[in-house]
Amino acid sequence: MVTTTAKSPIADIRSSEKQENPSSRSSALTRDRVRSAWLFLAPMLVVLALIAGWPLARTIWFGFTDANLADLSGAQFIGFANYLSVDAGHWSGLLTDPDWWRAVWNTACFAVVSVSLEVVLGTIVALVLNAQFPGRAWVRAAVLIPWAIPTIVSAKMWSWMLNDQFGILNHALMALGVIDHPLAWTADPDLSMMAVVMVDVWKTTPFMALLILAGLQMLPSDCYEAAKVDGIHPVRVFFRVTLPLVRPAIMVAVLFRVLDALRVFDLIYVLTSNSKDTMSMSIYARQQLLDFQEVGYGSAASTLLFLVVAFCTVLYIVAGRVRFDDEH
Amino acid sequence: MNMRNYTRFGLGILVASLLQSGICSAATVTISCIANGKDLEMCTQGAEAWAQQSGNKVNVVSSPDSGRLALYQQLLSAGSSDIDVLQIDVVWPGILAQHLIDLKEKVGSGTEEHFASIIKNNTVGNRLVAMPWFADAGVLYYRKDLLEKYKAKVPETWDELSTTAQKIQDAERATGHDKLWGFVWQGRNYEGLTCNALEWVSSYNGGAIVDAAGKVTIDNPEATAALTLAQGWVGSISPQGVLNYGEEEARGVFQSGDAVFMRNWPYALALVNNTDSPVKEKVGVAVLPKGGEEGRHSPILGGWQLAVSKYSKEPDLAADLVMYLTSAAEQKRRAIVGSYAPTIPALYKDESVRVAAGPVVDPLYDTLSSAAARPSAITGVRYNQFSAEFSNAVYSVLSGRTDAAASLKELARKLNRMSRGGKW
Repeated sequence: MVTTTAKSPIADIRSSEKQENPSSRSSALTRDRVRSAWLFLAPMLVVLALIAGWPLARTIWFGFTDANLADLSGAQFIGFANYLSVDAGHWSGLLTDPDWWRAVWNTACFAVVSVSLEVVLGTIVALVLNAQFPGRAWVRAAVLIPWAIPTIVSAKMWSWMLNDQFGILNHALMALGVIDHPLAWTADPDLSMMAVVMVDVWKTTPFMALLILAGLQMLPSDCYEAAKVDGIHPVRVFFRVTLPLVRPAIMVAVLFRVLDALRVFDLIYVLTSNSKDTMSMSIYARQQLLDFQEVGYGSAASTLLFLVVAFCTVLYIVAGRVRFDDEH
Repeated sequence: MNMRNYTRFGLGILVASLLQSGICSAATVTISCIANGKDLEMCTQGAEAWAQQSGNKVNVVSSPDSGRLALYQQLLSAGSSDIDVLQIDVVWPGILAQHLIDLKEKVGSGTEEHFASIIKNNTVGNRLVAMPWFADAGVLYYRKDLLEKYKAKVPETWDELSTTAQKIQDAERATGHDKLWGFVWQGRNYEGLTCNALEWVSSYNGGAIVDAAGKVTIDNPEATAALTLAQGWVGSISPQGVLNYGEEEARGVFQSGDAVFMRNWPYALALVNNTDSPVKEKVGVAVLPKGGEEGRHSPILGGWQLAVSKYSKEPDLAADLVMYLTSAAEQKRRAIVGSYAPTIPALYKDESVRVAAGPVVDPLYDTLSSAAARPSAITGVRYNQFSAEFSNAVYSVLSGRTDAAASLKELARKLNRMSRGGKW
């Protein structure tokens, strides 16, 4: 009804399609469509509510209780005490726990460094794979292997390769004369984060490359032909043509990776276990939940992790103006 | 014709299986065993033998290595009767006690057969919640050939160990064996580090972190001395990578012939003496060193127990199975076939056990008679948290981030807060 009485010319144009039909029939049709849309969506919404909504709600609820793994039914509501509480002038709770903030800092460092490296390397790999050369199909398949190996397997494999005494990495570096004594990659506090990032970059660059390659293959060829005719240097073409055009694909790929990196668990747990130098937010939460049986406190940590990830996602989408549709 | 036969056949199976499930559900006991190496096989054999003898049925399930405690806790807190007999670690009785039945009456005077320290460990609030099944204790492995070559004796104190290790390491490296290290142990930040560090501390008479009444005692000069000594090992006689070693990583280095001494559990002996081991027949085993002349040998007690769930539908049968498996006869079989250390002192004098166990038997006996339990009974459900705080504090000393005195002071403060002043 609003559409038919709209005064603004823009609104007129927008609603012109609907004006072709009498408004009553159009709204009946719309209502019908909306109803079928909900009907089609319903199974998925029910499944999502069961497998994502319910556990999430339960975790958030446990975060406000003193639940213990030994007896979950006896959980008492304690408000925000898991997050912050003051007892006789003594502040306690998650927000005052230096180990938690250390885990947040570790996770942030891990996410920023590993994703940045993966973007750069992934772009390079994608550009190479986008070029025409003999055996390209084989190389494309081969590049994906690190991504195809389950993380737990590749992490275990790397932990042997990084072993200080019989690891192949130390052996190779010493043979090349880069280092003069074996390094304790996963034990040295200064090296362990680097080792974790390195393995993650090794594993996830192919994923990044694949997403960017998909973006590259959709680029229109006319810009490149024009650049060729004008004799522009290839580096300039990359920065002025390829990069702006492929940016939407990169932005979405980065978003996926950042979300993944913020909840990193398996890789770090296999390589360095509960070491505080590399402990991520997920490992912190697991330790509280399972090792310490503090389901309430651990759920509070999980809830904060969820909020951090949600906050980063919103921030990224708004600040990066990421579009998920195809309009440019 | 064919169709009818099939139907009859199907019906027959259905009826038979219904009957069978009806019969055996009355007398099936489910036991959860760990499944490392020979564990599951030995457990199944023992349980099957009991089933044959008693005319019941057993169902053996294996539990995953990591998160076993959490799995047990979830099952038990839900009051599940799925598992009747649980294989539990030596530090778990305090955590799980409320879900386990008291075995005292069932055992009667049989408890006296076992090492008193283990029985004490498994007794929570005057209830015997688990029976000892096999024992573990930290032991010192050494390279007989290297000690002979440099005319060194097996170290009595940690200082002697440091000196001997340094001497052999320097001399061997000078002759070209440049990957050789003096001493490997478990330095990763986990329960294993708690065991190692507690052995150092209590060998210096530095107590067991908390005393019998629960008071936090760790901030003392003896404990500081012990940790300072260990801090000095990292990078000198122990590789820096030891800070990420568990049992198997340490064994990897020692078994490759790249270490003079190793602290490990008894399981490693069978493996380092295996036919394909580079150090076979070159390895000796001894009690862990003392902390100085006035110190004492204080290996840490490990091992596994069998307990019966309170929610079991067949508690009597389950307890029978536990008694069978922990009996002297079955422990003897396990000692001979699987080299599991018995929890019954008398078995260490048994000739066939002695032959099967070989050189480890006497050091192991000495070790077990003097072994100190981790303070899991007093710390109860907070044991894991307590242990993690301790290993964190030790780890930060070993990695050189703080000095021992400051770290232990901070640890004492944290433990006091965790236990509300030692009340746990």
